[in-house]
Amino acid sequence: MEAKKFIRVMVWELPVRLFHWLNVLAIIVLCITGFLIANPPALLSNAEATNLHSFGIVRFIHFVAAYIFLFIMIMRIYWSFVGNQFASWRAFWPFSKKNWNNFWHVVKIDVMLLNEDHPNVKDISVGHNSVATLSYLVMFFIALIQIFTGFALYADTSGWWFPKLFSWVIPLFGGDFMVRTIHHIAMWTFILFSLVHVYLVFYHDWLEGRGEVSSMFGGFKFVREDRIKHHEDIPEESKK
Amino acid sequence: MSNNNEQRKTYYESIIKQGYSRRDFMKFTTYMAAFMGLENSMVGQIAQSLEKTPRLPVIWEHYQECTCCSESFIRSNHPIVADIILDKISLDYTLTLMAASGHQAEAAKQETMKKYHGEYILCVEGSIPMGDDGNYCCIAGKSAKESFLEAAEGAKAIIAWGSCASNGCVQAAKPNPTGATPIHKIVKNKPIIRVPGCPPIGEVMAGIIVHVVAFGRLPKLDRLGRPKAFYAKRVHDSCYRRPYYDAGLFAETFDDQNAKNGYCLYKVGCKGPMTYNSCGTIKWNNGVSYPIQSGHGCIGCSEEDFWDNGPFYERTTKMPGFAVESNADTIGKVAAGVLAGGIAVHAVAANISKRKELMDRINRGKDNEKNIES
Repeated sequence: MEAKKFIRVMVWELPVRLFHWLNVLAIIVLCITGFLIANPPALLSNAEATNLHSFGIVRFIHFVAAYIFLFIMIMRIYWSFVGNQFASWRAFWPFSKKNWNNFWHVVKIDVMLLNEDHPNVKDISVGHNSVATLSYLVMFFIALIQIFTGFALYADTSGWWFPKLFSWVIPLFGGDFMVRTIHHIAMWTFILFSLVHVYLVFYHDWLEGRGEVSSMFGGFKFVREDRIKHHEDIPEESKK
Repeated sequence: MSNNNEQRKTYYESIIKQGYSRRDFMKFTTYMAAFMGLENSMVGQIAQSLEKTPRLPVIWEHYQECTCCSESFIRSNHPIVADIILDKISLDYTLTLMAASGHQAEAAKQETMKKYHGEYILCVEGSIPMGDDGNYCCIAGKSAKESFLEAAEGAKAIIAWGSCASNGCVQAAKPNPTGATPIHKIVKNKPIIRVPGCPPIGEVMAGIIVHVVAFGRLPKLDRLGRPKAFYAKRVHDSCYRRPYYDAGLFAETFDDQNAKNGYCLYKVGCKGPMTYNSCGTIKWNNGVSYPIQSGHGCIGCSEEDFWDNGPFYERTTKMPGFAVESNADTIGKVAAGVLAGGIAVHAVAANISKRKELMDRINRGKDNEKNIES
């Protein structure tokens, strides 16, 4: 049996990977502390309130994670203008024929699990596929909702000018009640998204064997040799 | 009721005429300065304004409401508030407190509106039913909507007393059968001060009126049109139980030891963290207490749609658009469960449907393993 030749391609550059894992950390911390804030556990302590600050610490961690969440998002937006083609904002632009062709292809092959008689190697995306980019775009807007509602709720307890930039969000929804509800519901979309996201990463790695899982650690994915243009120009060294 | 034909007296003259002493008057101005959060040095300015300024004509309209705002007002800290600002001098028209009634009362209102066109302050207590041509609330043969628009036309400014006039309050709760509407949604071209609360604190109401009188302009308002002096902070931020919140010490039920210890009422539904009001500092009934001090959580009466925003005694997040009582967490858990099930099914189906592709790949890999040069 003929072995397929693969070439190692740097897909996820370091800032993208850094963003990814810091984002994972921030979201996990934000969800856990968020649940604690929404429904604090019964703490049957005999200590005086003066000597305890446990709930204050939970909230503090939530706010610190919120700032990390925001700043790495700004960093990632910046990188979408200077990073490689897979990190570029162009990769996330949904309004192109190519994008939608790929979208339906992924829906057919990976969601509906149909098989093709003559698979085209070009249908397999090197970076994100079009279903993934769309889901990241949606999550990006939900992340913005979280940032705007979260900092709006935080604004009044902060002395800094920055969170106060978001205080107009409260009157927009009539009051803290609705803003808090939106903040809470939107959090659930992150949890649901993570479930599907992690599953699909495993699915692609298992089915395609191109190093999907490890690509977010090392940055490399394996791409079929026949997809690399002028591959004879590539120095022998980098093919290994 | 004042006689509109006599020369308008200043507030001070009227106060003295009512039998108060200069000392009472100075006490009153000091109280007011304190409530408004002003410096000590401003007391003189308030006193001076009240001595010099002729009283403002005030029309106080009652629409869909329970009169709790008026009740709160006449119980505010200093008797001068009730006596002078409200009853004896300022009000040219108020259904519930004026001596005149029927045609006489309406005539007094019409006269004030004509004589002080563009000068009077219109205070509105209650929301305005806009459904069915406003027929749900009629006064003196006019619908609330008609009467309000007529009075608003010549007003210098409008004060929306209470949650009814500011937010619609209980009668605007879903499904809002009468179409109860807060006044800022009806009149757009007048300065409106919103003073939400069910009722608002009497001292807050007095403070706002005195501010308008003493400084000749509206108090500084926040984005929602509420006076910043009284609505800039959450009840939570000035709550004396706040240290328990920061410590993570909460009452679990109203009858547990934690509740007896006076722990934070966050988990039994206190809406203090979402409610902007001065209850924690000014308090109620001459500073005696306020709900949280009495062991009951804040219900958030000064917030928009507080009636529709979930149960008073639980800390849940109600999902908008779901008829049954359901909170976001329950729906989230169900959705996560369904999704996990879907993922499991998809994983099994993928292994069946893609079996050939998978086996080819696995076999190629195994072949390669055998041919490794070692």
